[in-house]
Amino acid sequence: MTTMQPTDVSTVEDPIFEVRNTSVSFDMARGESNVLDSVSMDVRRGEVLGVVGESGSGKSMFASALLDAVVDPGMVTGDITFHPESGEPVEILGLPEDEIKRIRWEQIAMVFQGAMSSFNPTMTVGAHFEETLSVHDRPVEAGMDRARDLLSELYLEPAQVLGSYPHELSGGMKQRALIALALVLDPEVLVMDEPTAALDLLMQRNIIELIKQIAAERDLTIVFITHDLPLVANLADRLAVLYAFEFVEVGPAYEVLTGAKHPYTRALLNSTPNLDTPREEMQPIAGAAPDPVSVPDGCSYHPRCPLADERCVEEDPPLDADDPADDHAAACHYVERVREEIPLTLQEVRRHE
Amino acid sequence: MSSEGGSDDHVVSLRDVEVHFESDSGLFGFGGDADVVKAVDGVSLDVPENDIVALVGESGCGKTTLGKTAIGVQRPTGGSVHYEGQDVWKAKDREGDVSIPHEEIRQSLQIIHQDPGASLNPNKTVQHTLSAPLRIRKPGMDTFERRDRIHEMLSRVGMEPPDDYAKRFPHQLSGGEKQRVALIRALLMNPDLILADEAVSALDVSLRIDMMDLMLELQDEFGTSFLFISHNLSNASYIAGKADGRIGIMYLGELVEIGPIDEVLGNPQHPYTRALMWATPNLDPDIEDPPDSPLRRIDVPDPRNPPSGCRFHTRCPEAREVCTTESPDLYADGASDAEAACFRVLDDHEYWDSPELDEEGDDRTDLVDESDHGGLADGAAE
Ligand SMILES: Nc1ncnc2c1ncn2[C@@H]1O[C@H](COP(=O)(O)OP(=O)(O)OP(=O)(O)O)[C@@H](O)[C@H]1O
Ligand code: SF4
Ligand code: SF4
Ligand SMILES: [Mg+2]
Repeated sequence: MTTMQPTDVSTVEDPIFEVRNTSVSFDMARGESNVLDSVSMDVRRGEVLGVVGESGSGKSMFASALLDAVVDPGMVTGDITFHPESGEPVEILGLPEDEIKRIRWEQIAMVFQGAMSSFNPTMTVGAHFEETLSVHDRPVEAGMDRARDLLSELYLEPAQVLGSYPHELSGGMKQRALIALALVLDPEVLVMDEPTAALDLLMQRNIIELIKQIAAERDLTIVFITHDLPLVANLADRLAVLYAFEFVEVGPAYEVLTGAKHPYTRALLNSTPNLDTPREEMQPIAGAAPDPVSVPDGCSYHPRCPLADERCVEEDPPLDADDPADDHAAACHYVERVREEIPLTLQEVRRHE
Repeated sequence: MSSEGGSDDHVVSLRDVEVHFESDSGLFGFGGDADVVKAVDGVSLDVPENDIVALVGESGCGKTTLGKTAIGVQRPTGGSVHYEGQDVWKAKDREGDVSIPHEEIRQSLQIIHQDPGASLNPNKTVQHTLSAPLRIRKPGMDTFERRDRIHEMLSRVGMEPPDDYAKRFPHQLSGGEKQRVALIRALLMNPDLILADEAVSALDVSLRIDMMDLMLELQDEFGTSFLFISHNLSNASYIAGKADGRIGIMYLGELVEIGPIDEVLGNPQHPYTRALMWATPNLDPDIEDPPDSPLRRIDVPDPRNPPSGCRFHTRCPEAREVCTTESPDLYADGASDAEAACFRVLDDHEYWDSPELDEEGDDRTDLVDESDHGGLADGAAE
C-alpha cells in the first residue's frame, strides 16, 4: 500500500476505511431527504474514532453506510473502501449480498442502537454464540473457548451467562454479552452506535474502560458513535463532529475538546452539563437543527451561528485545514475568529484558576 | 404544627418509607426463599416547597419507586407519605379527618415518565394531548388562546415550527420530542411538585440545560418543586445546584448520602458517591482521572438478596470486616449539613480497628490473576 501525504484532513495514514463523497437519501413525500450529505472521512487502523452529533444529525446513517446496511428504501452513494489487514482493498458499496454478509461480523462487527433487544428471547446467550460461529464456518469448540475468555474479560461469569436467557441478565450484563458476541469472530473493526445509551452512567463508564482495554489488547479499530460528547471524550483518539448530515470538524480528541475550531462544536461544548463547568456560564445552543428536506444553503449552521454573514449564507465551507499538514480542521470560513469570539467556558475557567 | 413528621412547608414528607414487592421470576436463576424485592427500604425524605431535590443512583436502586411513592401513585408497604401535612393514603382511604381531598393531591403532584412513548396517547395529536390539562386548569381559555399557549410552549422547548409539531401524532415524534411534550403536559397542570424521572436523559446533550432551565424558570415563577431523578450526576448537579437544592444518593433501596448539592459533590462522604463521581465523564482532558473503577464489583448485587451489613460492602473499596455484619445509619460529621450512611464518617467507630476484607471477589484483581470468579450476583452467592 502506498502511504499518502495527508492533503486534507479526512485523509489519514494507513486508513482501514476511506469514505468518499458518501450520501444517504430517502425519497419522502416532503421531498428528497439527504440524511448523509456527501461526507468524506477516513478511519485510521487501530484508532478509536468518536463520532458525535445531535439526534437526527446522521450518525446512524454514517454507521450503517460503513457496512452497507442502510435500511430500505434508503439509497447510499459514494465510495467506501475497506482495507483489511491482509488482502486486497474492498469496495463496500455495491458488494454482492453474500460477500457483504461475510464481511459483516467476520471483519467489521457492529453493536447497533437498540441492539439490547437483538438477542432472541427464546435462545440462551450460549446458543447465540454457537449459531454465530457455525453460520460463519468457525470451529465451535475453539470459538466457545474464545467466547468464555471474552466474557471473563468483561467481568462476566462465562458458564452462568452462556446458560442464561437474555431476560435473565441485567441491561449492563446483556450489553457486555453483546460486545463479546460481536468480538467472537475476531473482527478488525467494531462499529458501535450508541452502545451504552440505555445504561446508567456507572455501567457506561465501566463498559467504556473495558472497551478501551480490549481495543488496546487486540489492535481493534473502533468507531464509537454517540450524541453524548463527554462519554467519548475519554475514549476517543480522534473526534469527528456531525452537524446537519455533514462532518463539520475532525481532529485529535484533545485538540477538539480544548481548542474546537467550529462554532457549533464550541457551542456544543458550552452547552454540555459538566460537573466542573460553572453552572451560570453554561449556554444552550439557540435555534434548532435543520430538517433533512430543507437544509439551509451555504453553511448549514448559519441560522444558528453568531458569526454568520453573507458569505456563510452563500458559500458552503469545505472541511479542511489552513495548513495541509494539520490534522485538525473545521468546515468554517472564519476559523481564525472563533477563538476570540466564542470563548470555551471550561478553558476560560482553567485559565483563570 | 402537624403530626407524624408531615409539615406544612414541605410539599411532601416521607417517613421511614418501605416499598417491598413480591417477585417470583428469578433474575439470576437462584432459587431463594420468599422473593421480596425491597425496592425502597426505610427512606425518610422531605421535599420543601419551591425547591429541587435530585435523586441519583444506578438502575434498579429504587429511585423511580421512591419518586412514585412521593407523588402518591405508589402505595408504600410501610411508613407514611404526607402532602402539605395531609397523609396521602389516609386521604385516599378517607380515613380520619381529611383536610385535602385525594383528587386534589393527585392533581398537585405530577410526573414526567421515563418512557414518554408509553404515556402519550398514540391516537391523539400533540395539540389534543396538550389541550387536556389547559381545559382542566384554565377552563376560561378559548381555543385560540389554548393554541397560542401550546405553540409558545412547543417553541420554548425547541420544537419548531410549532404549528407543524402541534399537528403530529406521537409516532411522528422522536423520543426526545415525545419527552418534551410530556414535560409541557405536566407543566400545564400547574402542579406543586413534578417528579421528573430521567426526564432529560433522552434529550440531546445540547438540549438538556435548556430543558432544565425551563424547569428552573417554572420553579421560580410558580413555586413548583421538582423531584429530579437521574443516573447522571452532571444533570442532577446542574438543576439542583442552580436552585440551591439538595441531592440524595440511593443504593439498593436505601438513601446512602443526602445533603446540599455543593456539599455532597464538593466533599462526598460515601464511597458510593465517589464512585458515581468517578463515572461522570469530564469534558476537560487535562484532568487526569484514574481509569480504574473504584468499585470492587461492576454489577449490582441481586436486590432480592442484598448483602448483609452495609449493602455496599461487596463493591466498596473501603469495606472492612465490620461492614459485612453491621449496617450503618445516616451519620453527619458535624462539619457539614450532609449525612452519609458509612462508618467512616464517625471518627470513633470500631470500623477503624476492623480488619480489611481480603481481595477475593474483586473484579479488579480478577483481571490481573485471571482467576475465574466473575462479577455475577455476588449478593446471591453469599
Ligand atoms: N427510514 C427513514 N426514512 C426517512 N428518513 C429517515 C429514516 N430513518 C432516519 N431518517 C432520517 O435521517 C436523519 C438522520 O437519521 P439518523 O438515524 O442517522 O440520526 P442519528 O444521528 O443517528 O440520530 P439519533 O441520535 O436520534 O440516533 C433524521 O432526520 C431521520 O429523521
Ligand atoms: S461558515 Fe459562517 S455560519 Fe458557518 S460556522 Fe463558520 S462562521 Fe458560522
Ligand atoms: S460502611 Fe463500610 S462498606 Fe459501607 S460504605 Fe462505609 S466503608 Fe464501605
Ligand atoms: Mg442513531
